[in-house]
Amino acid sequence: MKRLFLLAAAVAFVATPAFAQDTITIGFTDSQTGPLNVDSLGQQRGYEYWRDEVNAAGGIKVGDKRYKVKFVSYDDQSVGGRVQQLYTRLVTQDKADFLFSPYSSGLTAPATVISEQYGKIMIDSGGAEEKPFETGNKYLFMVITSASHYLSGAVDALKQKDPNAKLALVYSDDPFSKAVLAAAAQQAKAAGLQIVMNESYSPSTTDFGPVVNKIVSSNADAFLGGGHYSDGATLARQMHDQRANMKWMSILVAPSDDKFAELGPAALGVTVPSQWELQVNYKPQFGPTTAQFAKAFQEKFHAKADYHTASGYTVGVVLQHAIEQAGSIDTDKVAAALNAMDITTFFGRIKFATDANHHGLQVAHQMVLAQWQMINGKLGRQVVWPPEAKSADLLYPIPAATQ
Amino acid sequence: MLGILASIIDGVLVGLVYGLAAMGLTLIWGVMDVINLTHGAMIVAGMFALFLLTSVLGLNPYAALLPVLVGGFLVGVALYWISIHRMVGRPPLMSLLSTFAVNLVLIGVGTAVWGTALFNVNVSLPGITMGRYTFPGAHILAAVLAAVIAALLYLFLQHTRLGKSVRAVANNREAAELVGIPTTRVLAISVGLGVALAGLSGVLIATLFPFTVLSGDGYQLKGFVVTVLGGFGNPVGALLGGIALGLLEGAVTPFVPVSWTLVIEFVLFVLVLIAFPAGIFRSRRGAL
Repeated sequence: MKRLFLLAAAVAFVATPAFAQDTITIGFTDSQTGPLNVDSLGQQRGYEYWRDEVNAAGGIKVGDKRYKVKFVSYDDQSVGGRVQQLYTRLVTQDKADFLFSPYSSGLTAPATVISEQYGKIMIDSGGAEEKPFETGNKYLFMVITSASHYLSGAVDALKQKDPNAKLALVYSDDPFSKAVLAAAAQQAKAAGLQIVMNESYSPSTTDFGPVVNKIVSSNADAFLGGGHYSDGATLARQMHDQRANMKWMSILVAPSDDKFAELGPAALGVTVPSQWELQVNYKPQFGPTTAQFAKAFQEKFHAKADYHTASGYTVGVVLQHAIEQAGSIDTDKVAAALNAMDITTFFGRIKFATDANHHGLQVAHQMVLAQWQMINGKLGRQVVWPPEAKSADLLYPIPAATQ
Repeated sequence: MLGILASIIDGVLVGLVYGLAAMGLTLIWGVMDVINLTHGAMIVAGMFALFLLTSVLGLNPYAALLPVLVGGFLVGVALYWISIHRMVGRPPLMSLLSTFAVNLVLIGVGTAVWGTALFNVNVSLPGITMGRYTFPGAHILAAVLAAVIAALLYLFLQHTRLGKSVRAVANNREAAELVGIPTTRVLAISVGLGVALAGLSGVLIATLFPFTVLSGDGYQLKGFVVTVLGGFGNPVGALLGGIALGLLEGAVTPFVPVSWTLVIEFVLFVLVLIAFPAGIFRSRRGAL
């Protein structure tokens, strides 16, 4: 009996690795708590939606074998310090084969240190800041457009509508917003637009009253700025309440969430640079079209897909494609497939920089500019820029506050 | 010039609301030397109460003040029995930890229910325009209501029997007990009042700005600064401290980069702690 038991144990021991071979473990952290929860949740749903779809179809095909996808994830509490501990754990204890990024530039940067240290591929959909891509990392890949191109569309559109516009750049003092607005300031100068105010605020600012007065005093008529979530929405509401009467408002991130409509009249006319909108219409080489994705996502989560979900989903598709192309789950072979990749999905075209100074940075994906407009009496987002992708005409200037 | 004046007036308006937000914190500290770290969560509870009362029941935003006052008081009394009663008179760290624990539970439950998504209550009242600068009506009304609530609290503490008992317990709990004041009940009532004030300030703040489950932290932090400016345990001083803080924010912003405002605020906080350890507006011992 005893011998039989030992034999059974030995069989189980030998059999376990064979089972483990048939799954690919992907590790990441998400911000289930803390201020980044909303955007992070969108990204996480994108990841999960991709996983469920792949597993339902039998897994990722590698040669004549199929691998199921398994996720291991932890709550990073929106805190950078937690990210490094948790990614280390994901690699060393949970034996993750591949990594996805956390949400936001501030959390992605510390995670990249760990992924590179352990030689793991990390695909980034949540951090748009370029800096981690300029330090010679070999296994880091970004599917979204990077921070310095966020507001190029807004600057182009503004230049066309009013070459004499006076700009106020007011933004959150965090790595992402600073990188976006530093690039926007250069692009605005190159376009001959005048910058009359250029300041950052602490992310913990609660009342923007004095800031709005300062913007009014600067005689600006166009506003570019914001940061992440509540600060951007508070700014939009106070600009409206204090009748700053900007002709143009571009705010980062916050207006890309459907909850922004709660601001009512303060949302009208606000533009937001977006990685993806429901109206974009790329012809995918594989995977769903925008319409299919939006419909299936809505049915599964009872929520509208936004750009964080689309970019999260795309991260999965990109990894899957690279593994299938490489015909292997070996890190270096998959990295080589990612380096060679040039594909179009419903999210847009994806191609990574391969020169050592910018390795992994996204070079093909294009952003659009969305604007909150009245659609059949209700507030909704329309794509207004670039002109070839627009779903509605740009509303300029924003109608003055009437209350 | 007009811009600077506008910023200063704006600062005073918001400062009155900051003052009200700090008043509950300082009241509880004054009566029982307990720093209530659930204060931020209670402010948020007030904000969500406003959201639910206006969006679900369709109540006028300002009519929400009364139910929040009553509800906040009851929650406060419960909070006293749950996490403060056994900590009164013990080392301050214990009550800090026990209220912090309740705070974590409340924020955790709030995040699970609402996420950290944004909520907004639109209040449209005609504002006052001065040149190109506008003072929104909601700001003016919130400031007036904050001042009225502070005045009512002052009258309550000075002129009612219960208010006098609260002050007596604050001054000397044992002596109060000796003359027959039911001190435990008074302590519970004080926490009730403190939490009710937090809820009321939450309602007023939510008429001004969009909010999330995590918005309370910022106001709790401001509450500490206001408490230090206004004198520990002095609710009326808190109102003056709030005005001072708002004034500072308004007056500093036009002249320095915006990101410096908080730095200046906290440098001042430290300076005041060094120069006036009992607060600027604390005129005499036992101001409560």
